[in-house]
Amino acid sequence: MFAETFLEALAAGLFLGCIYGLMCVGLGLIFGVMRVINFAQGDFLMLGMYFTLYVVSVWGLLAFLGPAAAPFVGAVLAGPALFVGGYLLHRLLIARVSGTSVTGSEDEGRSAQLILTLGVALALENGALILFGSTPQSARTTLALRAWEIPLLYDPTAAVFINKASVVACVLSIVIAAALYLLINRSRLGKTLRAAADNPTAAIYMGIDVDRAHRIAFGIGTGVTAVAGGLVATYHPFQPYVGLDYVIIMYAGVVMGGMGSILGAFWGGLTIGLVQQLSTLVLPTQLQNAAIFAVFLLVVLMRPQGLFGRAAERI
Amino acid sequence: MAGRGGLLFPLAAIAIMALGWLALGLAVGNSYYQLMMTLVPIWAVLGLSWNLLSGYTGLVSFGHASFFGLGAYTVTILLVRLDLTPWFGIPLGMLVGVAAGLVIGYPTFRLRGHYFALAMLAYPLALLYVFEWLGYQEVPLPMKREAPAWYMQFNDYHVYMALAVGLLVVALLISLAVERSRFGRSLLAIKQNEPAAEAAGIDTLKWKMRAITLSGAVAAAAGGLYAVVLLVVTPDSVFGVLTSAQALVVTLFGGTGTLWGPVIGAVILIPLSETLQAELGDVIPGIQGVVYGLAIILVILLAPEGIYWRVRDWLHLARGTPGAAFRSRAPAAPALVPVPAERQTSGQVLLEVRGLSKSFGGLRALDGIAFQVEEGAILGIIGPNGAGKTTLFNLLNGFLKPNGGDVVFAGQTLVGLKPNRICRLGVGRTFQVVRAFQRMSVLENVVVGAYVRAAAEDEAFEIAREAVARVGLSPRLEALAGALSNKELRLMELARALAGRPRLLLMDEPLAGLAAAEVEEMLAAVRALPSSGTTVVIIEHTMRAMMRLAERFVVLNHGRVIAVGRPSEVTADAGVVEAYLGSKWTALHARG
Repeated sequence: MFAETFLEALAAGLFLGCIYGLMCVGLGLIFGVMRVINFAQGDFLMLGMYFTLYVVSVWGLLAFLGPAAAPFVGAVLAGPALFVGGYLLHRLLIARVSGTSVTGSEDEGRSAQLILTLGVALALENGALILFGSTPQSARTTLALRAWEIPLLYDPTAAVFINKASVVACVLSIVIAAALYLLINRSRLGKTLRAAADNPTAAIYMGIDVDRAHRIAFGIGTGVTAVAGGLVATYHPFQPYVGLDYVIIMYAGVVMGGMGSILGAFWGGLTIGLVQQLSTLVLPTQLQNAAIFAVFLLVVLMRPQGLFGRAAERI
Repeated sequence: MAGRGGLLFPLAAIAIMALGWLALGLAVGNSYYQLMMTLVPIWAVLGLSWNLLSGYTGLVSFGHASFFGLGAYTVTILLVRLDLTPWFGIPLGMLVGVAAGLVIGYPTFRLRGHYFALAMLAYPLALLYVFEWLGYQEVPLPMKREAPAWYMQFNDYHVYMALAVGLLVVALLISLAVERSRFGRSLLAIKQNEPAAEAAGIDTLKWKMRAITLSGAVAAAAGGLYAVVLLVVTPDSVFGVLTSAQALVVTLFGGTGTLWGPVIGAVILIPLSETLQAELGDVIPGIQGVVYGLAIILVILLAPEGIYWRVRDWLHLARGTPGAAFRSRAPAAPALVPVPAERQTSGQVLLEVRGLSKSFGGLRALDGIAFQVEEGAILGIIGPNGAGKTTLFNLLNGFLKPNGGDVVFAGQTLVGLKPNRICRLGVGRTFQVVRAFQRMSVLENVVVGAYVRAAAEDEAFEIAREAVARVGLSPRLEALAGALSNKELRLMELARALAGRPRLLLMDEPLAGLAAAEVEEMLAAVRALPSSGTTVVIIEHTMRAMMRLAERFVVLNHGRVIAVGRPSEVTADAGVVEAYLGSKWTALHARG
């Protein structure tokens, strides 16, 4: 009996962890390139959820794809849509308190960035409340109601059930994270972003438009996190304030993974998913999130460079 | 900010503010507005508590709800379970706040920057879930009809308001005392540059621990009073992210690093959000958050450092006094430092470096470095970029621990000591990149370095004044650091190091970025040091200047000492010339 529960929690942790991993990759990209703590990241995730909901259920734009596939396609489309949103937000607001405009100022604009993104987060989540209402909704795929039954070899009466929607979401997450990894590490654009992250001043001297690199990184990071949000929306209900829960998970994942590394951020998110689900085996459900924070604190205090990272914060 | 100016003005301002608030409160009859006028001071106190830690040290805390919530729950649980009045509950809550500060601060201060901020975020959230799990979802404070005043329960809302304002006055006085003392200046030094503060003899961990425990106590008091006023406590309302955010927002909005910032922020933002909620909350739920959010965005774009600093800079501009934005003052009179006659070294070894080695991963940055410095000497350390010069300084003053070898200063080994201890023993240091406290005067900047040698505040200022005079910067004593020229900043940094009365001063490229005439002034100041009891080890790129300054050179290349001796000997050494000037130059020289 315990083996079943354990295996189910492990599977749930892995699948959920992959989606967390994708969210963390989005945030990790922004943080890695710009060193900005963006509090509004959770609200971009929420916007990704509502984008998926509106495209799929409210407007029914993707009805021709069928009720099983439409939500997933909708979630992926949230990426480009929110890329534009993030790009514009950076251009209009974030750029004024980050990047080259604050180089050399007293705290490099850190407090201004914090409070600005807090303001953006407040405006977004409450704006969403006005527009969408507070009732929890979801853009559920019909796959969320189906599960694969995997029999356990040693015991013919026992089986582990695995939700089909979470498997598809997990696979999509891995594919998108891998694509982003290749983009950052193989392409010319990726090289530009890494140069801007590594040494902004030197990058400027090499003729790289650092502010543009930041804008693009911010847009991509926003889009990727929005896709992860859309994927959660395919099987889980949400409301406008949901971003707050996730922004904390995202930061925990990014820090655990070692800030600034795409791969690390993914592993960090995955670890959090596993801790969250496996902790239900030994702890009461209310302490599920307390377990995440306990593990997070332990990791940060023991290995400030993160579980998977090497570089420490520059002094 | 941390002016030493009269206390009269701030004390009068605090009194006027408190009395004005109470008078306004008496005029308000509506109980809703009375509640709001009680909440404003409470949030201002939480803001002040946040400011004590994060505003002055620059270590941003996302987790002040930990202290606030622990204060609120201590008061509530003591009342519910043990029937203990909040009059005792709040002070006990403050003790819990202090304890939480110790428990949280000790491990978390090992982190810096963003890591610190994010780790702080985790504490209140973990506490939130723990308190929910313990079954404290929603705890009402029981009504005590038989002795309401004993249980801090009043029919008249004005009493609560008076309590809140009283707490605010106490918090303001604490902040003022911190701001005007060694405590506040040490925290500001940490904010500006933690390694430099440590090198100036400030025990940074000790001061940060004091800041977080004091801050925890103040936040817990605010939380305790909050519970008493609202009569119900939920984990979300006291440990939630929004509570931590409130502390940060009112302070950043009003202005960090000043006691007035949190007050200004709370007075503007709390009524704004509460009124919006009350007037429009039913019609358009969420409008409060949207307007609040937009207001924050707008202010940050217009006044990124908070309202207080923006208004202050405007006033300075209008009055024409030298504010932070006002930089066009006449240059200082040239330094009048006597150039000493031929130096006499005592022949006694002050610093001995024996076989010092340091590797980073596989890279051997320094390998078996050995040299001696005699008391009263000026020793120059030269070598091409990447030779390991700054790494050597970092080993000498304790920023880095060597992998092997020993450093003996005046008969005592320095290896393994923290930088502030090494500074106390008499080793001072200046840095390649000068970091100054922009909004503090020259004197206040220098006084930070004097704390190592002074027990009392007056004594510290006396030593600082002397040090400023020694580098010839006395005419600019009261000028703000933000208005200084590059040369004046360098001299100020030298004065800061001298204020610690070091027997040995390590100077890292003090001539960088100076014009030729300015170099002369700096050289004169450095040359005068040995005659007043300070031995100098100096790193410098400008060979010509070094030839006229140091009587002995140590030449480093690729982490090894390749030559030691008098300047004329060393510059004649073919190996040195090649390492320093490149083989091309050597070839050219040989031909010519």
